[in-house]
Amino acid sequence: MAITKRKFDVVIVGAGGAGMRAALQLSEAGFKVTVLSKVFPTRSHTVAAQGGIAASLGNVTEDNWHWHMYDTVKGSDYLGDQDAIEFMCRQASEVVYELEHFGMPFDRLENGKIYQRPFGGQSQNFGGAQATRSCAAADRTGHALLHTLYQRNVRANTQFFIEWMGLDLIRDEQGAVLGVTALEMETGEVMALQARAVLLATGGGGRVFQASTNAFINTGDGLGMAARSGIPLEDMEFWQFHPTGVYGAGVLISEAVRGEGGYLLNKDGERFMERYAPNARDLASRDVVSRALTMEIKEGRGCGNNADHLMLKLNHLDANIINMRLPGIREIAIKFAQVDPIKEPIPVVPTAHYMMGGIPTNLYGQVVVPYKTGPEEVVQGLYAVGECACISVHGANRLGTNSLLDILVFGRAAGSQIIEDLKKISHHKQLPTSATDKSLARLARLDSQKDGESVAQVADVLRKTMQAHCGVFRFADMLKEGVTKISKLVEQADHTEIRDKSRVFNTARVEALELTNLAEVALATMVSAEARKESRGAHARDDFSIRDDDKWLKHTLYFSEGRRLDYKPVRLKPLTVESFPPKARTY
Amino acid sequence: MRFSIYRYDPDKDEKPYMQEYDIVLEPADKMLLDALIRIKVVDDSLSLRRSCREGVCGSDGMNINGRNGLACITPISELKEPVELRPLPGLPVIRDLIVDMTQFFKQYHSIKPYLINNDPPPETERLQSPEERAELDGVYECVLCACCSTACPSFWWNPDKYVGPAALLQAYRFLADSRDQATAERLDNLEDPYRLFRCHSIMNCVDTCPKGLNPTKAINKIKGMMVKRTV
Repeated sequence: MAITKRKFDVVIVGAGGAGMRAALQLSEAGFKVTVLSKVFPTRSHTVAAQGGIAASLGNVTEDNWHWHMYDTVKGSDYLGDQDAIEFMCRQASEVVYELEHFGMPFDRLENGKIYQRPFGGQSQNFGGAQATRSCAAADRTGHALLHTLYQRNVRANTQFFIEWMGLDLIRDEQGAVLGVTALEMETGEVMALQARAVLLATGGGGRVFQASTNAFINTGDGLGMAARSGIPLEDMEFWQFHPTGVYGAGVLISEAVRGEGGYLLNKDGERFMERYAPNARDLASRDVVSRALTMEIKEGRGCGNNADHLMLKLNHLDANIINMRLPGIREIAIKFAQVDPIKEPIPVVPTAHYMMGGIPTNLYGQVVVPYKTGPEEVVQGLYAVGECACISVHGANRLGTNSLLDILVFGRAAGSQIIEDLKKISHHKQLPTSATDKSLARLARLDSQKDGESVAQVADVLRKTMQAHCGVFRFADMLKEGVTKISKLVEQADHTEIRDKSRVFNTARVEALELTNLAEVALATMVSAEARKESRGAHARDDFSIRDDDKWLKHTLYFSEGRRLDYKPVRLKPLTVESFPPKARTY
Repeated sequence: MRFSIYRYDPDKDEKPYMQEYDIVLEPADKMLLDALIRIKVVDDSLSLRRSCREGVCGSDGMNINGRNGLACITPISELKEPVELRPLPGLPVIRDLIVDMTQFFKQYHSIKPYLINNDPPPETERLQSPEERAELDGVYECVLCACCSTACPSFWWNPDKYVGPAALLQAYRFLADSRDQATAERLDNLEDPYRLFRCHSIMNCVDTCPKGLNPTKAINKIKGMMVKRTV
């Protein structure tokens, strides 16, 4: 079968905030770029971010990037790489102002400056009073940001391949990445897209959990592509459970609710966060708050007939504040919880939200893997940014509103790095003759599979298994059993059968391909979690309940082939300032 | 629950047809999208777009019992049976409930949907008062689902010439932004018997918008700006 080949300077896989920030950099520099996306760009999951973007503008309270850096290092439970964290926090104000100049409709303060609100884990003066650091457009910051970046890309004439799915990386014998194979959903055609640089910006894989705030499209496609081509996945045991997903529906209720003065209650009407985090209370780090909710439920203080959720109260706030600052939350609560938060509290539970781990990169977005010269050798031609990447700025636990910051800072940094690197790579390397074999074989297998597994059923069992075996609290026997169960599901995901054989917009085929990516993500998570015998950030084990810096102050690297684990040191040395040494983490 | 759903696969069907489904829902199935996903488990060939499942991405616009809406925020309890589902009207169908939105986005792009300000940017933010920013409320929240434009008879007749309510709402979003400097250019771009003035205030757009936005009001404001600059 003859495969169409197309040639670009840069192929970006994913049109969320990270991919589009990088695309803008490259388009404006005159490169021939294409951005592949499974959905129209403004439908990418960045659109669902609510609360804000962290930057120490100091518009409301005194602030500076060094305090932001401290909070981020502490929030990461010291697993974050301090050079990357310094890099991000230093650039935060600049990328936010730049976004404002692009037209972002931020809310405003009386003096005309960007509105900022407090968020969890933000402090002044290295652990002092609450800081007010999150720049917001009501509770629709992600929507406003994603549309602004798309609009700016329209201005820059960026080329998009809309409703295309990336399938596999094309690598040569030396390991350099030469392009990707991709599926055009409307026609069912597979193409080889040749590029001097490939940037993965495919977002997270939060759909591996049953209760998830994530969109259907968040299936870890970039991670699957990387893992299948021999690239390790870093720190996959660290998943953020957001404390406040709508009970039953999983839809996100922003931390901005607590930032604006809302708080959590148990069935006795008690503000239980005072017991778990005496100072920060409801604005402690997300891992801390999610564990507190889970403990309350476990100890019988949950609400409702099944005592299985808690209440998020904001009806003591002025209705005008709710309508002006939290209109989207009100809409969601009315639609998905059937309560009007102006009058009643919202039922909530911890819900899988964000993947701290991902494809290992340095702070320029270059993918780095262990090789002859050390643990972080650059893979030629491959870059990753956003939730699919692990730089690592979030370590073991991300702070709220640091993710939108991450995509802007590192989207831009990766764009700039690619521009530099392309000066040295003046031509496309010849694609190997086998470039598309792997992808075509996967599709041919799907087309001919008989008596296979149902995609929906395998996916359902996978999500339930992840939820039960790898949740907020983790247990040794459950993790062990989880590895066995997920391994079996990985096999099944490779033997799925679809009844729909149409070439045209075959969503059954897309979902089957997505399932193989989800399975990679799930297994990487379970194996990494089983092996890490300590509790750190979002990884909380029953049998090893404290952080163990002597043995575990290191990043996990999971290799799909052979399900092998390796480790590499945390970068404790920042770029210019003193290191923040690990210390006890309390809020 | 009973459904009657528009089906068409150009790979095998000569013409579209309506397919009946009768499925048992679970208590957790609250929204129309939940039901469609349950149908897809038994018939994986049913094709539709969906992503965020909370009404912010704008993927799952469709015609639901004769009215355009987003499946993910349409409560099942409010639907009369059999629930009749069709693709958004007026756009070419790619397959089943999936329409070709090229024309819709072409109109969106035609209004120059980006801030135009040719002054060198300041070192910090451009200032904007809360009152100036409030002009963008009810406008910037559009999710580009196309429910409004595909409910508009003027857009059905002239999708190539009439900008349509969604893109006009966005045209107003930039006209209303105190930071934008291209007011005259933007109005020139719409000064045309079709582009703006095909809106006859039928107000289907207002009636159908799943986000509760009001494109007609924005269109009237643009018309007002046109009048103002001629006198």
